[in-house]
Amino acid sequence: MTIDMNQFFQVFFDEAEELLAEMEKLLLAVDVSSPDIEDLNAIFRAAHSIKGGASTFGLTDLTDVTHVLENLLDRIRKGEMALTAEHVDAFLAAKDILKMQLDGHRLHTHVDQEAVADVRMMLQSLSQEMPIAPPPPPPEAVMVKEDDTDKFAHVKLCFRIELPQLGERDVTALSGELALLGRLSTEVLSDKRHVFTLATDETVDDIIAICSFILNPDDLKITEVDMPVSVVASASSAKTEEELGYGFFEPLEDLRAFIAQGSDSEQVENKAQAAPTPEPVATASAPAQPDRRHNGRRETDRNQVGQESSIRVGIEKVDQLINLVGELVITQAMIEQRTLALDPMQHERLLNSVSQLTRSTRDLQEAVMSIRMMPMDYVFSRFPRMVRDLASKLGKKVEFVTHGAATELDKGLIERIVDPLTHLVRNSIDHGIETPSVRAAAGKSETGRLSLSAAHQGGNIIIEVSDDGGGLNRERILAKAKQNGVPVGDNMADADVWQLIFAPGFSTAEVVTDVSGRGVGMDVVKRNITSMGGVVDIRSAKGFGTTISISLPLTLAILDGMSIKVGDEVYILPLGYVVESLQPEPADVKEITGQGRVIKVRGDYLPLIPLYQMFGITPIFTDPCEGIVVILESDGRKAALFVDDLVGQQQVVVKNLESNYCKVAGISGATILGDGGVSLIVDVAALLRSSRQLNDESIFS
Amino acid sequence: MSQTISSGASNEDKSGSESSGHEYLAFKLGKEEYGIDILKVQEIRGYEAVTRVANAPEFVKGVINLRGIIVPIVDMRIKFKLGEPTYDQFTVVIILNISGRVVGIVVDSVSDVITLSQEHLKPAPDMGAMNSNYLIGLGTLDERMLILIDIDKLMSSPDMGLIEKVAA
Repeated sequence: MTIDMNQFFQVFFDEAEELLAEMEKLLLAVDVSSPDIEDLNAIFRAAHSIKGGASTFGLTDLTDVTHVLENLLDRIRKGEMALTAEHVDAFLAAKDILKMQLDGHRLHTHVDQEAVADVRMMLQSLSQEMPIAPPPPPPEAVMVKEDDTDKFAHVKLCFRIELPQLGERDVTALSGELALLGRLSTEVLSDKRHVFTLATDETVDDIIAICSFILNPDDLKITEVDMPVSVVASASSAKTEEELGYGFFEPLEDLRAFIAQGSDSEQVENKAQAAPTPEPVATASAPAQPDRRHNGRRETDRNQVGQESSIRVGIEKVDQLINLVGELVITQAMIEQRTLALDPMQHERLLNSVSQLTRSTRDLQEAVMSIRMMPMDYVFSRFPRMVRDLASKLGKKVEFVTHGAATELDKGLIERIVDPLTHLVRNSIDHGIETPSVRAAAGKSETGRLSLSAAHQGGNIIIEVSDDGGGLNRERILAKAKQNGVPVGDNMADADVWQLIFAPGFSTAEVVTDVSGRGVGMDVVKRNITSMGGVVDIRSAKGFGTTISISLPLTLAILDGMSIKVGDEVYILPLGYVVESLQPEPADVKEITGQGRVIKVRGDYLPLIPLYQMFGITPIFTDPCEGIVVILESDGRKAALFVDDLVGQQQVVVKNLESNYCKVAGISGATILGDGGVSLIVDVAALLRSSRQLNDESIFS
Repeated sequence: MSQTISSGASNEDKSGSESSGHEYLAFKLGKEEYGIDILKVQEIRGYEAVTRVANAPEFVKGVINLRGIIVPIVDMRIKFKLGEPTYDQFTVVIILNISGRVVGIVVDSVSDVITLSQEHLKPAPDMGAMNSNYLIGLGTLDERMLILIDIDKLMSSPDMGLIEKVAA
């Protein structure tokens, strides 16, 4: 199977861009002092989804950044760390970096690797931070300080300025001011006071003058330290970081070096004039870089104009279009019917026009329908690569199989099913399928089997992800639930226990890897599926594997249908269930006392379900030998449905009956026929089930 | 005069925006004239062939295709046991839009749209066929008397069986 990866890349780019935009929106709206936990979760999920997609496509640089971002977000989300303005700034910076990387992949624009490293360091240092430590000054302040570093490289004087206890804002403001004088580094004493170490040419009086804007000069303790600047700087920052538990001393220095080269021309130029001895290198190199960036941006703009070859349109607009076209088709059919009665000689030109209209309308309808319908293959074909990569990463052997890739599904649903499926497949490989040695020990083949299947069933689309791995661990889930404060009982039903894994932040994995185990996946899965009106069901047996089955309602799935007639009513049978249809011989129909009739088809006795009885219709025939029986098969059971007549076979658009009416037993949906009338679609699976129940009951009674 | 009264009394769900009265669509069922809030009415159309829904209550005539939407049709004459329903070219279906769900009701005929202010409204007496929960009141205008139905409540009531029991 050859796959055109480009289309999937495009989808990922679009999605990632949306997610980034959403993340930014949430970040900008978040209340730092009392963040909404839902918002934090949403931001986290966005980051997680981007990471998931990026790793699927092997975009490791995106994965790297999102991984660090996610780590930090996770700690904040779990309440291990308080959200601060710096975090938000850092997240926004990370978002910009991700956007840049994304554009780098998509439009091949310049990606500033320094900025990438920069942000990663920032995030990493933030997430390494001890929970109790006060947050370091905001990144902007760091920039300002470091920009000047080189210009003060030659100064020999060094002051240690001990501040009294101050508010965070004052400290930031002060550090910004002092940074104008020379090289500045900050450390925090155990009693939460800040200490600045300033290497400068200015005198003590100047420092006091600046500080006196904010605090009483008497509270200041300024001592002069005489030391070579580089030593001071590194010693003090090392100390600072050790005290804070950063452990990222070296990278930070590298990072500073990057910034010192001048990433922001304006600032550097301004400072250059103010500074006693401007560093020529800094000013010279600075303007060059922004220029390149501007060029880059212009290129981006141009490229963006060129790549508008696809547009994303709201589903409701497409729906409206489809409905309108449906109306048009019906009207056209009416006109055609009326013109049939006309004399072809007299109305030749009218008839020609009508036949042209017919053709155009049909083309139009096909074109409109094709907007929404896509084979599941579109989703499934994303996975083999991901499965392979994951399996080799985790040292597992996995055989990947798909069924029903041709099942057509509404595009809206296809797009939304991708994320949940990605999570499920990942979970299956990471947690479900065991390593070859474990499998061998359990007496299974070393290669695990992961299967993805899609099928239309009883008015729903069932998409299943199943593995033959270890299955869910009931004890561990219960233990984890207790630990999370979820009220559980030891004798809960298995199905209820499995549902627990859908709670946010629920993961029983011992190790958080970059594959999964953060407990975000199932949360997203459940949420996405529920929002589509679907249901997630888990079947699991310890040692034998897990099957996660997603059942989605057919909103606009196309169905190959067989139209049948009972009395004067027309019903649609989904063709997938139909095995054959035949007119039985009287000898083949047998009555079983109290259990209705059976019919013998090639040696098998199948229960006969008279549709007229099920739906309370007055039929034309009551003897199966006069009408037609349609052999249906569902869940491996066969039955014969007795109808009056077969009308034809056609593709129908499934309309939801429940959107304006309640659920009708035995009916899975409705469709609109060519004449504008409504025809109901028979829920074959339910019909077979209920007939079986009827039979079972009659056996017992 | 009417302005001051209209904000109080039984008119709870209609906020004070309509100080000059409220518009009702008047229609006939049997011998009586009824009124429903005009804002719930999406359109009025003639009765056309419906597709019967199996095992539905008798008053649910079936479903029709309304420009691509499947809409259930309820015959109010059967629901309220108002004589033998006849379907001819004068039979009218009022398509209602009730909190996003579209439902059609069959009535004998539609008369007009009338504006009733609070002073025309009388509280509803207990009536046999229809649970008085579903009544807003009686509207009297000149010689006419309208039974005002809270169509929202009536259509979402469990005994209509139109809406699935609200799943918790």
